[in-house]
Amino acid sequence: MRFQPSAPALPARPTTSVKAAIKATGLTKSFGGQQAVRDLHLSVPAGNVLALIGPNGSGKTTTVRMLSTLLAPDSGRAMVAGHDVTSEGQAVRAAIGVTGQFSAVDGLLTGRQNLVLMARLHHLSPAERQSRVGDQLDRFDLTDAADKPVAIYSGGMRRRLDLAMTLMTRPEVVFLDEPTTGLDPRGRQALWQIVRELATDGVTVLLTTQYLEEADRLADRVALLEHGRLIAEGTPAELKARAPGGHVRLSFANEAAASGASALLPGAYRADDGMSLVLPSDNSVAGLRSLLDRLQAAAVPVTRVSAQPADLDDVFFALTGDER
Amino acid sequence: MTNLKLALTDSITMLRRDIRHAVSYPSVTISGFMVPVIMLLLFDGVFGRTLRAGLTGTLAGHGYVSYLVPGVLVMAAGGVAEATAVTVNTDMSEGLITRFKVMAIWRPAVLAGQVAGGMLRTVLTGAAVLAVAAGLGFSPSPDALSWLAALGLLMLLGFALSWLTVAFGLFARNPAGANSLALIPLFLPFVSSAFVPPGNMPAGVAEFAAYEPFTPIIDTFRGLLAGGPVGVHAVAAVAWCAGIAAVSFGWAVRLYNRDPRQAG
Repeated sequence: MRFQPSAPALPARPTTSVKAAIKATGLTKSFGGQQAVRDLHLSVPAGNVLALIGPNGSGKTTTVRMLSTLLAPDSGRAMVAGHDVTSEGQAVRAAIGVTGQFSAVDGLLTGRQNLVLMARLHHLSPAERQSRVGDQLDRFDLTDAADKPVAIYSGGMRRRLDLAMTLMTRPEVVFLDEPTTGLDPRGRQALWQIVRELATDGVTVLLTTQYLEEADRLADRVALLEHGRLIAEGTPAELKARAPGGHVRLSFANEAAASGASALLPGAYRADDGMSLVLPSDNSVAGLRSLLDRLQAAAVPVTRVSAQPADLDDVFFALTGDER
Repeated sequence: MTNLKLALTDSITMLRRDIRHAVSYPSVTISGFMVPVIMLLLFDGVFGRTLRAGLTGTLAGHGYVSYLVPGVLVMAAGGVAEATAVTVNTDMSEGLITRFKVMAIWRPAVLAGQVAGGMLRTVLTGAAVLAVAAGLGFSPSPDALSWLAALGLLMLLGFALSWLTVAFGLFARNPAGANSLALIPLFLPFVSSAFVPPGNMPAGVAEFAAYEPFTPIIDTFRGLLAGGPVGVHAVAAVAWCAGIAAVSFGWAVRLYNRDPRQAG
């Protein structure tokens, strides 16, 4: 039998053969002596979705602003859609769509008038303008409210209009800065669907989020930022492999029991409800058994146990060493 | 698309947006017209007889309304500009300006659209003031050239005050702050030759009134509308408008292009 080199796993989307749609080298930005982004290197292949994750103040928005020509970097270089953000700003702007953290819509116009405004600024012909505006209203489920003033739109509708305006033409690269902030679960699902459609359509997407689940579901690659520094980058699977196995969630009948257990288990942190603890674990049977034995020996009753595989939360906290 | 064509197309789009606002919210537009008209009625109907008693020489020749109209025209321009400051600031705080800044458009288009809209409103409000004044017995008698010159000066004033209040709108942290700043050009005409001649004011105040920018502008309108000489006033008026416009334009563009404030 002839020696066969093991075939490389087929990537879901090309990652090496295609030119980078976003490439940042050594991007740095300070505000009044405070370094917001430090020596950032990023490369996003065309057609990929990159999620930039980090807590508030980690430099996500500053990064998006530099890549979208809103902010000049102090040093370093960034190319977006093949153009330099500093010296070819207008070419970059022609190739991108940007949605910020807050819906940037004109509250004094109707939804349709907002879209027409965008169409005019994209210099579409009257015929194109009409068909694109109609398409966007349909696609973003705004046809019924099209001729009502935006001032009376709900938060979710404003957000949809905001995206419809950003995606008026088909940008090569789309930046979404915390796009699901303030959306209800249905709105979030709808947005995820739009991001998937963009990806299918070959659009490169850079989205920032604080929700690791969102990144896990949408992104080809995830970049973790902390204090303006890139601390890890890879596919969700690669990153999860760097977490120490997973975590165990223990539920207790009351807060007193949870506090008692917390004193026994130094690595554990209290979950939001106050009556559960989450602690890192290799999820082995022996490990779980010894954990439950220790609690029983101390007479702390546990009502429920669940063992979870690593998620991006585990990765994030393993890498940042943050107390949750 | 050439740069000039881009600049024009995008500015017209932004002007169109401004007009659309005015049409969609007629109450805001109408109240903008009403304020100078009420000033006119108030100063002529309530204070007019008393104030006229203080006028001397040729100034007292016609009714007080003739003395009053140029000052109200200038205040009308100030009122229009006040609204501009608030609109620009709202665009800033709602993130619309950021949206425009990441598009491949002529960057200052949104500001130029506001200024063009401001000039248009200034002229229309001025026409409303003249129409109401005519009803109160104001009968200007300029020749065609003087009319044209008056229109030109009103547009120049609208241009200068609009750039000033665009800059205020970009500078202020919120719409209320923008509004307060815009009260300066609105109230400055009170301490000018708008309602009474500076010569009748106490020393100090009179000096200020004689040298502040609105006095030569008002005196020029007065000369043009009465068909009289304008001479030195007109030179000062145009110089003040051009100066305010140039400084404000530079300031506005710098504010517009600066880095967004907050980090993240």
